[in-house]
Amino acid sequence: MGAGHAHKLYRAGSSPVHALPPHTKLAAGFAFVVVVVSTPREAMWAFGAYAVLLGAVAAVARVPAGFLLKRLLIEVPFVAFAVLLPFVAEGERTEVLGMSLSVSGLWGAWNVLAKGTLGVAASVLLASTTELRELLLGLQRLKLPPLLVQIASFMIRYGDLITDEMRRMRIARESRGFEARGIRHWGVLAKSAGALFIRSYERGERVHLAMVSRGYAGVMPVIDEVTASRAQWSYALALPCAALVVCLLGWVL
Amino acid sequence: MHVPDGFINAPTSAVAGVVAAGAVAVSLRGARRELDERTAPLAGLVAAFIFAVQMLNFPVAAGTSGHLLGGALAAILVGPYTGVLCISVVLLMQGILFADGGLTALGVNITDMAIVGVVVAYVVFRGLVKVLPRSRRSITAASFVAALVSVPAAALAFTLLYAIGGTTDVSLGKVTTAMVGVHILIGIGEAAITALTVGAVVAVRPDLVYGARDLRRPLKLRVGGELVDAPAAEPVALATRSHRKVWLAGLVTSLVLAGFVSFYASASPDGLEKVAEDKGFAESAEEHDIADSPLADYGVKDIDNARLSGGLAGVIGVGVTVVAGSGIFWAVRRRRSDEGTDVSPVSPTNTNTGV
Amino acid sequence: MTASLEVSGLAFAYPDGHQALFGVDFRVERGERVALLGPNGAGKTTLVLHLNGILTGGTGSVRVAGLPVGKKNMAEIRRRVGIVFQDPDDQLFMPTVREDVAFGPAAAGLTGAELQARVQRALDQVGMADFQDRPPHHLSFGQRRRVAVATVLAMEPEILVLDEPSSNLDPASRRELADILRSLDVTVLMVTHDLPYALELCPRSLILSDGVIAADGPTGDLLGDDALMRAHRLELPFGFDPRSVPAGSGPA
Repeated sequence: MGAGHAHKLYRAGSSPVHALPPHTKLAAGFAFVVVVVSTPREAMWAFGAYAVLLGAVAAVARVPAGFLLKRLLIEVPFVAFAVLLPFVAEGERTEVLGMSLSVSGLWGAWNVLAKGTLGVAASVLLASTTELRELLLGLQRLKLPPLLVQIASFMIRYGDLITDEMRRMRIARESRGFEARGIRHWGVLAKSAGALFIRSYERGERVHLAMVSRGYAGVMPVIDEVTASRAQWSYALALPCAALVVCLLGWVL
Repeated sequence: MHVPDGFINAPTSAVAGVVAAGAVAVSLRGARRELDERTAPLAGLVAAFIFAVQMLNFPVAAGTSGHLLGGALAAILVGPYTGVLCISVVLLMQGILFADGGLTALGVNITDMAIVGVVVAYVVFRGLVKVLPRSRRSITAASFVAALVSVPAAALAFTLLYAIGGTTDVSLGKVTTAMVGVHILIGIGEAAITALTVGAVVAVRPDLVYGARDLRRPLKLRVGGELVDAPAAEPVALATRSHRKVWLAGLVTSLVLAGFVSFYASASPDGLEKVAEDKGFAESAEEHDIADSPLADYGVKDIDNARLSGGLAGVIGVGVTVVAGSGIFWAVRRRRSDEGTDVSPVSPTNTNTGV
Repeated sequence: MTASLEVSGLAFAYPDGHQALFGVDFRVERGERVALLGPNGAGKTTLVLHLNGILTGGTGSVRVAGLPVGKKNMAEIRRRVGIVFQDPDDQLFMPTVREDVAFGPAAAGLTGAELQARVQRALDQVGMADFQDRPPHHLSFGQRRRVAVATVLAMEPEILVLDEPSSNLDPASRRELADILRSLDVTVLMVTHDLPYALELCPRSLILSDGVIAADGPTGDLLGDDALMRAHRLELPFGFDPRSVPAGSGPA
C-alpha cells in the first residue's frame, strides 16, 4: 500500500483520457471489470483481447508501459496464492515437469491471475489519469451517498496531515534513541497510535467547529459539479462496450 | 486480505455488493444518529487515522513486520456504525486509488473486513465489558479478545463467500484451515496492538473511547468553592445492573454451548469439520498427495493433525457461538434500553453510575 | 448607532462543571480594531465560541449588530461573525482553496457567478487569488493563514474574530498579515497573547482574566502599566518598550 502521499498513482497529463469527466471514467472502468469477471475462463483469447484494449487506452492516455507494470506489483500476494492453486486443488491431475498438478487448479490459477491482473490494470489506469479531487466529484456524481463522499473527502484531505504527524512522532521517538526492534517495543508504538487517534479525533472536532462557524448545518453545499456530454459518455463507454462484445463472443465460441 | 477481481465469481460478488451497500446505508443512518452533523468530519478524520495507522509497521521479529487492520480498533474507539463507515471508506479509497482490492470485489472486501470485522469485534467487546469488572484493565482485556476474535472471523466470512462463489475448487477445509490458521496468527498481533492502543487512549481521554463510555466518572458541581456531586442520571444505573446479569448469563451460555459444539464437532465430525477430514487434514494427508503441499509452509500440516483440526473446530465453534449468543443478548438489551431510558448514547447526561 | 458587538453579563460553565466565564461585559463599535488579551486559561477561546453561538446556555447575552445570538437567528449570526481559528488546517477542510473559500457563501445559498465573484474578491483581499485550485496542504503556513482569513471574508462578516492570528508565522508572513488586516474595512476582534502585535494593530485592548474583563483601554496604556500586566500574567518580550511605539498605527 502506498505511504506518504495519498495519491501516488496520478500522472499529470493532458491526454483525451485525462480530459474525460471523472464519472464517465469510473463507470467505464467498473463496467469493464464486471465484463472481464463474467468472461468464461476457457476463452483464453478473450483475456488477450482485453489486455489489448487496456493497452490501447494506456497508449491514448500516454501512460508508459513501465509505469503500468510497476504498479501491477500490488498484486504479488495473490500471484503467490494463484501459484499454489494447481498444487492444492482437487480433481483430475496432470503431470507437468514431473509435478503432479490439478487440472482445475491450473484453470483456477489462470482465472485468478488473468482477471485479477486485468482488474488491477484497469484501476491503475483510472487512478493514473484522474485527479483525486475529480475522483471524489465523480463518485458524488455517480450518486454515492453524499455523506460517504464527504467522509472520503475528509479522509483524503487529512490523510497526509495525519501521516505527517505520525512521521513526526517517529522522528521524535528516534531522536530520543528509540528504535522499534521487536515485540517488546509494541507498547511504545501503540502509545503513539493512541496519541495519534486522540489528535485526529480532536482535530475532527475542531474542523466541525470551523464548519459550523461558516454556516454548516449537516448538508455540504454543492460547489463544483461535473457534467458529461453524450459524446464524452460514448467515448468513455467504448472500452466496456468493446469488452462486452469480446465477452459475448467468448461465451458463444 | 484485499481480494482482487476474479477471485469470487460475479453473482456472489454482486450479492456481497448488495449486502455491503445495505450495511453501509444502515451505518450511515446509525452514525448520523450518534454523531449527527459531526459525522462527516469525525468519521473522515477517523478514517484518515485508520488509513495512517495501517501504514504503521510493527516489527515482529528480525526483518519481518506486520501492520494493523484496524477493524476492532475502529469499532472500540468510535462504535460499530462509524467503525463500519470508516473501514468501508478506507477500502473504497484503497480500491480506487491504489488498485488494492478489485473494484468488483469491493463488496466482498467490505463485507468481510468492514462489516464482519467491525461488528464481531464490537459485539465481543461489549459483551466482555458488561461482564468484566468496571476498570481500565477490563477495557484493555476486552479489546484484546475482541481483536483476536474479529480477524479470524473476517477470514471465516471470506471463506464463506468463497464457499458460495469461489472460482477454484480448492476444498473448503483447506481454505478454512489456511485462512483461519493464518489469521489467528495475524489476530494475535492485531489483538496486542489494539489492546495497547485502546489502553493508551483510555488512560488519557477515556471519554473518546466509544466502548468505554460507561467508565465515565460522575459529574461534580462547584458550589461556593466546594465540589459537590451532581445529581446522577439514576434510572440508567439500575438498568445497567440488571443488564449485567443478562450479559453474564449470555456469555456463560455461549461458552457452554461453544464447548459443547466443539466437543461434538470433534467427536462426530460433520459440517466443515467433516470436509476438512475427508479432504485430508485430519489423518489422511499422504493419501491425498499433499505431503509436499506448500500449505505446509503455513505450519498447519506438520503439527499433530488430529489435534489441530479439533482445536481449530473448537476455536471456530467458540467464536461463532460467542458471537451469535452475544448478538442475541445485545439485541435484547438494546430493545430494553430503547423502551426504558431514551438517552442518546453520547449525551453527557448518560452517566452510568453505580455497579 | 448600534455596536458591532455587545457582550453583557456573559457567564458560562462547561458540562463537566468547569466554569470559564464569570460575567463578561464589553462593546466593540463598528470599524474598531480591538485586541482581547489574556493569559492561557483566561477563557478567551470560550468567549470566542460564544460570539457565533457555538457555545450557548449560560447566562447573559451577546448581540451582533443589534441581533441577539440565539437559536432563532443562528444562520444570520454565523454569517455576520467570521471566526478565524488558530490552526488553519482545521479551517481549510475542503480539497481546494477555491472550494474552501466558497464553502461559507455556498452554505448561505449563493451559487454560480455571484459565488465565484465573492470568492475572487475574498482571495484578492488577502493576495491569494493565484492559488485558487491548489489543495490547502500544498501551501505554506503563512499562506494557509491568509486563505483562512479569506474563507471568513467571503461571508462578508460584520465582525472578524481572529484567534491567535500571529502564532507560528515568520516575521515576513506576520507583517503581510498585519498589512492585510489593516487594509480591511471591517470590525476586528483579535484574541492574542502576542502583545507587540496587538499594539501594532489595535488601538484598544481588553484584558480577560479569570473569566471577567479586568481592563479596557488604549493598548499602549495597558501594556505600559507594569502592575496591571504582572497581575494578569501578561509579559512583554524582552527589550520591548510599548511607550517607544506610536500606539495603534493605521486608521482606527
